[in-house]
Amino acid sequence: MDSDAVLQKPSVDEITQALKEKFPCVEIKGTAVRRVFAKVPREHIFKICKYIHDNLTFEHCSIVMGIDYVDHMYTVYILTNYYTGTAIELTADIPADDLHIDSVTPIWQGANWHERETWELFGIVFDNHPKLERLLTPKTYEFFPFRKSYKLRGWE
Amino acid sequence: MMADSIVPVKEIEEKAEKMDTDKMWVIMGPQHPFSHGLWTLKVKLDGEIVTDAEPIVGYLHRGWEKETENRTYPKIIPMADRLCYAASMTYTHLYCMTVEKALGIDIPEKAKYIRIVADEVCRINSHLMWLAAVGTDLGNLTVFLWCMREREYFLDLNVKLCGARMTTNFPRIGGVRNDTTELFDRDILRTVQHFEKALWDIIYLIDDSSIFVSRMKGISYITREQAANVGLTGPAMRGCGVDFDLRRDDPYDNYDKIDFEVPVLQEGDSYARYMIRVEEMFQSCEIIKQAVGKIKALGKNAPYRIKTPSRVPAGTAFAKLEDPRGESMMYLVSDGTDKPYRLKVRSPIFVNVSSARLQSVGVRIADVPAVLAQIDMCLGETDR
Amino acid sequence: MVQYTGLSEFICGNPDWIYPNPMLNEYCPFDTYNLAYDLAYKVWEILGGTIAWLINLIWPGNPISSWLIDDPTMVLFALIVFMLLIFMVAFVNVLIVLWMERKCMGRMMDRRGTMIGLKGFLQCVGDGFKTFLKENTIPKKVDKMTYMWTVSLIVGLSVLVACMVPLSQRWYVVNYDSGLLIIMAFFALAPFFILVSGWSQNNKYSLIGGMRAAELMISYEVPMLILIATTALMAGSFNIGDIVYAQNDSLWYFIPQILGFIVFFFCAPAEAERVPFDIAEAEAELVEGWQTEYAGMKWGLIMLADYLRGTVSCGMVVILYLGGWTLPFLGDFSQFTIEGSSGIGYLLAWLPMPELVFILKSYVVFFFMILTRCALARVRTDQILNIGWKVFMPLAVINLVIVLFLRVGGVI
Repeated sequence: MDSDAVLQKPSVDEITQALKEKFPCVEIKGTAVRRVFAKVPREHIFKICKYIHDNLTFEHCSIVMGIDYVDHMYTVYILTNYYTGTAIELTADIPADDLHIDSVTPIWQGANWHERETWELFGIVFDNHPKLERLLTPKTYEFFPFRKSYKLRGWE
Repeated sequence: MMADSIVPVKEIEEKAEKMDTDKMWVIMGPQHPFSHGLWTLKVKLDGEIVTDAEPIVGYLHRGWEKETENRTYPKIIPMADRLCYAASMTYTHLYCMTVEKALGIDIPEKAKYIRIVADEVCRINSHLMWLAAVGTDLGNLTVFLWCMREREYFLDLNVKLCGARMTTNFPRIGGVRNDTTELFDRDILRTVQHFEKALWDIIYLIDDSSIFVSRMKGISYITREQAANVGLTGPAMRGCGVDFDLRRDDPYDNYDKIDFEVPVLQEGDSYARYMIRVEEMFQSCEIIKQAVGKIKALGKNAPYRIKTPSRVPAGTAFAKLEDPRGESMMYLVSDGTDKPYRLKVRSPIFVNVSSARLQSVGVRIADVPAVLAQIDMCLGETDR
Repeated sequence: MVQYTGLSEFICGNPDWIYPNPMLNEYCPFDTYNLAYDLAYKVWEILGGTIAWLINLIWPGNPISSWLIDDPTMVLFALIVFMLLIFMVAFVNVLIVLWMERKCMGRMMDRRGTMIGLKGFLQCVGDGFKTFLKENTIPKKVDKMTYMWTVSLIVGLSVLVACMVPLSQRWYVVNYDSGLLIIMAFFALAPFFILVSGWSQNNKYSLIGGMRAAELMISYEVPMLILIATTALMAGSFNIGDIVYAQNDSLWYFIPQILGFIVFFFCAPAEAERVPFDIAEAEAELVEGWQTEYAGMKWGLIMLADYLRGTVSCGMVVILYLGGWTLPFLGDFSQFTIEGSSGIGYLLAWLPMPELVFILKSYVVFFFMILTRCALARVRTDQILNIGWKVFMPLAVINLVIVLFLRVGGVI
């Protein structure tokens, strides 16, 4: 199969095969009905997302979110195909000492506010983001309230 | 007169050119009749025409996701109600569905159908509130009051089903809290029958009036590609020509066993987005009729809830649901304890409102409320 | 015009009891009989006479008493009471119209409307008192002089124009030959002050609202003036009384001028800034438009002015197209006199019939304006200009041409 071909309605098998062929670094963690779970290295996230958007016709970025595992962080992308209803979950591992990852906003405008939110709540910097400013929290905040290191008053 | 205090005219002109004085920023919100909640829309006006817009949210940020990390799983159900007062049932449903996915369990058939009925009642509620808001935004109070009158019947159905009007606290992990009450199917079918007629009254009031139609038709065009790219979901997206509905294309619960149509329009203007929501109310009535029949066919003694463990095995799970306003989603990360490690909510309005610039640039300021009413703003879930 | 004796007889018994006829006072400012002035004169006759008598009891032979019952003094005080009376009628009219609007809108929207006292009528009075009691806040950065003066001028002009609409041939303030033009001129003045007021408030919403008011005025004043000229052409006079009696002699003008009637009926709410043409205060996008920064009683007075303008525009519709205070076959009820008739005729002579007919007719017109308000949405600014210039204006001209042909052909 030609890896640059545009697949209008890719099935789950086609998606996994295409991803494996095109990007050997992608680790497919599992599949389910209309679901693909994959782990990607953070250096290639933009390339992979671009391929998924252009060639696999995933027009919609449902979510970009961060998970704080204290010693490292995850960003999770869930992408949706409007032709088949398939969703891909991409997970990128980010070491805690270098919280940088490429922004996917140039591909999906809808990821804009999700990335801003993830930045202000977790401190994950999205490179090439058009406007990485605080969105939900006041502009004066200098900490990242959703990290595990931020303790809630009254609980602990 | 001192000669050196006079600034040369040329300098003033240059300064004025730099200052862009022929345009002005008007800040609409947070306390503004159009905003339907606490958010701000900054619009840049050239005369009456909007040339730039910037939405500002966050006044209601409660740290909902962080708070859930300190609560056990059942305790989060009433919290999920509070995400949005108009769509409380769908959010509770979504939360329970997510936890069930993480647990890897399947709930009884009857619970699935009851959830479908509750969801569709909630959808009609939400759409009626949206229609009421459209009425006031266009300057007509009659639509508002008529919609609120009809909504009252559906709130009564909520009371009949679970005892509460708005924050229902009804779905449970592993089913629903209680079976349908006695005569519920009779009441709901009567209400739906009445509503299908009453909705036509409101439609006649709006669609037969050329003023209403001309206020919505032909403004704020969005193409299919733009709509998909900025992440518009729900009725707003389907009005722009994207043929996608999670209930049909990625079915959850038992929506795949129910026969209904997904309204899609290619026009992409404000009027198309309005038409989609009205048509969806009719389709919801259709779904309710079928689902109530299925509940009846399952019999009185069918189980509606199963027991579930209080601890969720470590791992991740996510569920998507077609909210009245679009695609809502929850992502659960659990570490094997009885509290979630991280629970992320995707609110459809949060993304829809980020496209306010795309929707409102080029329209007149008089149309800004009419255009942004199609987002159906609810700040509880936007800011979380 | 036969002198009216019904109500004054009720108040004073025999009109000759204190003073014969106000018209016999050589300082009387009116050429023809004026009912309102007659009543005012008699009220002051009783009040002033009593005061003069009391003062004379304490200090016999003092000059104040004789000054009080002097002819010129009587006219002066009678005019003050006259003005109060004219304003009170306009004010009560507004309260009734307000109550009517709230009640009718309530019924249309499937709710009850106002419910406090007398079928909800006292709610309007209560709301008025509430605005009186509110704190009078003025923003820090407004241009204070303009801010205060424009609202006074807007309210004042509206009150003036409401008082100047004659309720009948014998209930008027001035009876000029160009009365119609003067009323329209005062009616059209307020938007200028709205524009200035919008500038003075240092608020962008007010600014846009003021601009819109001027925009609206420009596009709707022209067709309205053409229609007024058409009616004047048909009646052969700008005098309101002449127009009304010309309609009474031939037929109500809404039949030959049906186009003009429709256009005027839709221009009238635009002139009074009511839904669907309330773009100057469009609350969905401009909060309250040019009224945003006015609080307390100032806002209450603006509200009063709004409804005064509403009643005036209804009155203008009645005068121009619906025969004013006359009814078919009954005319202006001047054939019924207290002395000369009995039974129903006596009752009709005893009641102030022409005034009641006029007011009831304007209520009917206002009722249809309420229906329009319930059924329609607010029109956008560019659409309003389009309707004004591209629809109403040609229709008004066509109406004028039709009337010209009728006039030249000798039909009317």
